[in-house]
Amino acid sequence: MAGQTIVDKIWQSHEILLDPGSGESLLYIDNLFLTDSSSFHAFDLIKKEKLPVRNPKQIFGVPDHFASSKSKKLSDIADPDRIARINDLESNCKKWEIHHFGLDDPRMGITHVVGPEQGITQPGKIVLCGDSHTSTHGGLGALAFGIGGQSGHVLATQCLWQKKLKQIRVTVSGSRQNMVTAKDLALKIVSTLGAGGAFGHIVEYAGEAITALSIEERLTVCNMTIESGGRAGIIAPDQITFDYLLGKDFAPNGRDWENAVKFWKTLQSDPEAEFDREVFIDAGSIEPMVSWGNTAEETLPITAYIPDPFSIEDRDRSESLSNALEYMGLTPGTKMTDIKIDQVFIGSCTNGRIEDLRAAANVLKNHTIKVPALITPGSNLVRKAAEAEGLDQIFIKAGCTWGEAGCSMCVGMNGDIVAPQKRCASTSNRNFVGRQGSGSRTHLMSPAMAAAAAINGRLTDVREL
Amino acid sequence: MEPFVFHRGLAAPIDAINLDTDQILPARFLRKRRSDPEYKTFLFHDLRFDPVGNENQNFTLNQEAFRGATIIVGNSNFGGGSSREAAVFALEAYGIRSVIAPNFGDIFYNNCLKNGLLPIVLTKPQTDQLRKTLHQNPGSRIDVDLNEQRVSTDNGITYAFEINDTAKKNLMSGLGQIGLTMMHAQRISEFEARYNAQLYSEC
Repeated sequence: MAGQTIVDKIWQSHEILLDPGSGESLLYIDNLFLTDSSSFHAFDLIKKEKLPVRNPKQIFGVPDHFASSKSKKLSDIADPDRIARINDLESNCKKWEIHHFGLDDPRMGITHVVGPEQGITQPGKIVLCGDSHTSTHGGLGALAFGIGGQSGHVLATQCLWQKKLKQIRVTVSGSRQNMVTAKDLALKIVSTLGAGGAFGHIVEYAGEAITALSIEERLTVCNMTIESGGRAGIIAPDQITFDYLLGKDFAPNGRDWENAVKFWKTLQSDPEAEFDREVFIDAGSIEPMVSWGNTAEETLPITAYIPDPFSIEDRDRSESLSNALEYMGLTPGTKMTDIKIDQVFIGSCTNGRIEDLRAAANVLKNHTIKVPALITPGSNLVRKAAEAEGLDQIFIKAGCTWGEAGCSMCVGMNGDIVAPQKRCASTSNRNFVGRQGSGSRTHLMSPAMAAAAAINGRLTDVREL
Repeated sequence: MEPFVFHRGLAAPIDAINLDTDQILPARFLRKRRSDPEYKTFLFHDLRFDPVGNENQNFTLNQEAFRGATIIVGNSNFGGGSSREAAVFALEAYGIRSVIAPNFGDIFYNNCLKNGLLPIVLTKPQTDQLRKTLHQNPGSRIDVDLNEQRVSTDNGITYAFEINDTAKKNLMSGLGQIGLTMMHAQRISEFEARYNAQLYSEC
């Protein structure tokens, strides 16, 4: 019998039944996260259907998209709709006795930072959220994916209909060069797979360059899976995973912990397991990466030049690249490091954890920035840790704005936007048209690279700083 | 939700590839409730309107012949990106009943099905041909027959499409998904009891 992948194992242990008509499985869901930006639709639905929340203790509500980076005060949020949505989440959670980490709760932050940080996300679980970057949680060996409209269904049933997805294994061998981060790895993987290259797939990341990653780095890699079209990214749990989870508030403890670790150790993909596709990448060949277009696929090493769309044969692709260049205000043949930027954003569920802030601080120390930079931690706990280490002082001394935890300028839904035609070096995950605000121009990169760009006011190879 | 059995409607071609959900519904509108009377203007907002709010005439839905279309024929990777269900709410608010494309973002595809909007996958050459036909005959109608799983134009093009039986049944009945799941309530409860009993137990 063919072996099972980690995804097969998790799937099997959560499958209640299979509907032959749709080919969809009815899966049991361990945890659902709710954010301020989409959960009101879910609560509206169960209200309309006159149904209760089935398992409130397995649900967690965290306001992150609309949270102000300026302060924790609701009154500092300029827009009544945003305030209303944060209040909706709080009152709905209260009504149904759902865990709620409100704006001033020490555990509040970006949902995908909070889940792992609290030990809610665990290996072998199925974790959902109405947000595509739910793939982040796969860094801990959970099967985690974004759902659009089915949060209401999960609230009412604790289940989800989902067709079993195909699986790709991306094996990253060798070791990274100096100053090459998990973000560079993630951008390299997405540009290799293509923006739609992993459509309908779950991606398992493996190989020594992956197992060498810390949990925070694994979360960064899994976070970007959706940028290749992959629904979920997953990395098998190992000792690094167990060490990370030990002692966390929502992780099992005592006898439960020992049993859990025993179970988690069985989750590795079997050696004889087969994948629908295998992709191999050599970590040693990866340089610091920067995106130049409007998908994360359109990413190049910082040492490269802006490509010429006319050299591409596929007409749709060529036209799409031309549009991207026009939108981004770039000319083919321009050296990446000659591109001037207007501002910098460091944060998000991709790169808003403490290791990311340390990397940025390491570059910014004893420097002054040339363009405005906003740095927002991924959670209140990350903020506290950064302040305990004095990172906030390094940022402030360099001239950066040190903000409050939340999604902030990654998606611009809290009012932190990039103005039309302004160019932002950003550690976030999406460089889509209008992502950081109408007409905004985003270049994706690692925290160290974004910090270097802030210092020079242009895209910069951090290795040469 | 409104049942979908057969729909004949004005079809608009949108040629861009990678038309992601951020473009279908820009993020700043996500804080709006669906009951907002302006909801239909949020659809493709930044493609349809310039920064001061004037219509962009290059966008097909703003051209007289395509205004008020109920069917969109798109291109590759339609609805990729953010999982926002509200992208489908915006299409629905505008009056779109069906979107035809070579492939869709997974989440978007499912969100369409759950909201009574029919996503149709045809091949790339087929969708190219349909868009070409619509550009050449602006204002023409397309027939979408879910029962027969067939799309046809007035000038004689007919394409068959695939859709899974359950999704088809649900769309045609207009039944909500939660109600359908609740038909399995017993099995869910049994599974849950078993699952909880073995969680963190000796394996």
